[in-house]
Amino acid sequence: MGEFIMDKHQFIMGIETSCDETAVAIVKNGREVVANVVASQIESHKRFGGVVPEIASRHHVEQMTIVLEEALNEADIEMKDISAVAVTEGPGLVGALLVGVNAAKAISFAHGIPLVGVHHIAGHIYANRLVTEMVFPAMSLVVSGGHTELVYMKEHGHFEVIGETRDDAAGEAYDKVARTLHLPYPGGPHIDRLAHEGEPSIKLPRAWLEDGSYDFSFSGLKSAVINTVHNTEQRGESIRPEDLAASFQDSVIDVLVTKTVNAVKEYKVKQLLLAGGVAANKGLRSALEEAFNENKEIELVIPPLNLCTDNAAMIAAAGAIMFNKGVRSDLALNANPGLDIAIHNNI
Amino acid sequence: MKILAIDTSNYTLGIALIDDDRVIGEYITNIKKNHSIRVMPAIETLMKDCDMISSDLDKIVVAEGPGSYTGVRIGVTIAKTLAWTLNIPLAGVSSLAVVAASAGHYFDGIISPLFDARRGQIYTGLYKYDNGRLIVDKQDHLLLAKDWVAALKVRQERVLFVGNDLPIHDAVIKEALGDQAVLAKLTEQNPRPAELAFLGRDKEPVDIHSFVPNYIRLAEAESKWLEANKGKND
Ligand SMILES: [Zn+2]
Repeated sequence: MGEFIMDKHQFIMGIETSCDETAVAIVKNGREVVANVVASQIESHKRFGGVVPEIASRHHVEQMTIVLEEALNEADIEMKDISAVAVTEGPGLVGALLVGVNAAKAISFAHGIPLVGVHHIAGHIYANRLVTEMVFPAMSLVVSGGHTELVYMKEHGHFEVIGETRDDAAGEAYDKVARTLHLPYPGGPHIDRLAHEGEPSIKLPRAWLEDGSYDFSFSGLKSAVINTVHNTEQRGESIRPEDLAASFQDSVIDVLVTKTVNAVKEYKVKQLLLAGGVAANKGLRSALEEAFNENKEIELVIPPLNLCTDNAAMIAAAGAIMFNKGVRSDLALNANPGLDIAIHNNI
Repeated sequence: MKILAIDTSNYTLGIALIDDDRVIGEYITNIKKNHSIRVMPAIETLMKDCDMISSDLDKIVVAEGPGSYTGVRIGVTIAKTLAWTLNIPLAGVSSLAVVAASAGHYFDGIISPLFDARRGQIYTGLYKYDNGRLIVDKQDHLLLAKDWVAALKVRQERVLFVGNDLPIHDAVIKEALGDQAVLAKLTEQNPRPAELAFLGRDKEPVDIHSFVPNYIRLAEAESKWLEANKGKND
């Protein structure tokens, strides 16, 4: 980076529309958030008990240019100051992704600004670089509504998934258990809140899978919770929802933290980066803090809540790395709902 | 005044560039291929071939639907973003009006452009030319093809049917209307993007931020929810 001219700032615009947030952000020099606008549709989807793809796509079209304008205003810069437009190309809801991708392409064409397609999970991981500089090798625990993964990074822009869920994502299990307990959508934060008022007194399974595996499985745990509720109801007994939430959360966190600690040891990493919407979970945060407290060689990084849930600053942060590595997308860039994070490797 | 027109509302992908009264370029395909991949490269190629750059544009016109939800959204998203970021006006035109204009200029009667909407339904409206201007006789809507032709029969006027989906419904049309129905010829079935550009040139610009596609239909989840919650707030 010797010839990199430091007196000229680099601004990367990020665009994220993979689910139910229309988000645009601008990140300066890869690490400083100068605008972070998120238009959430959660109120609109609440009545359906989940995100309805067609409705999400319609909202994105309504919000896109408004959010773009707000981001430029917040950063107090113009399009000509932008070095690259980074956009989530996948994974996510295809119709939702298409709005962001096509808006990004239109901007790229209109102003001749380079375009960079970014993997959504790479974005979640790079939210950490907005907190502190990343040190390699690093491990990231990604937990969200759609993902539960352990991703090993030997350097910037290189991602190796060493473990992933074989069925439900952790966030998905949270939402389903919340529904069983008749909690409002989205259920994750409600379970987290209840768990702190209860005791983990109900025995629930933990899926460790084969020895040495870093994969996860939460469907058995989810079924066990549903069965427990069902059986106590049939016996005419009642169960304290607080205790059930605490027991469920205990099981999820136990598996997540234990596997993460093992992975971090085996791969001898210098940092553990927490990523994804479930990183907002207080139980998970404190369990990780406790587990890594004594281990001073490994730095635990947990982004603030607004950078854990879906946002575009994380996409811009990941996009900055890719852009500076020479990654470019062309105007044929498409939404790819099943995109593999390895797209960013081999560069 | 240089106008870029974009139509991705159905299988036809259409891009046009006009300059005042001149059609400078048109790009049309009618194949089942991904619009999202092809629209921006098509715009780029056409503009390059016509020696134009984005800052030359004075207005963006887009086919606003009805049509494929995803297809319409791709065109509208690109059009809104281009108009907003280039700071130029945006106009939306009914996708059915474009189809009507692509075949009906010299037709003495009413024009029914149509898109198939599955299960015997069609998106259609009624248009006619009056002193060279396309006017709306009946707004775009969604209904069963058989109900539509029954309503047209009562009017006893000659009707020109246009659209690439005609082969799906021509039997119903012919049976009900006989000689009252005229079917557009094959070369006039595609919506012509240059027609879109001229229709949009004469329209008032819209508010870019609040402009949305005309889907005609609510999202399925939305209509089901409204059905289930009918009267609950009364
Ligand atoms: Zn996410």
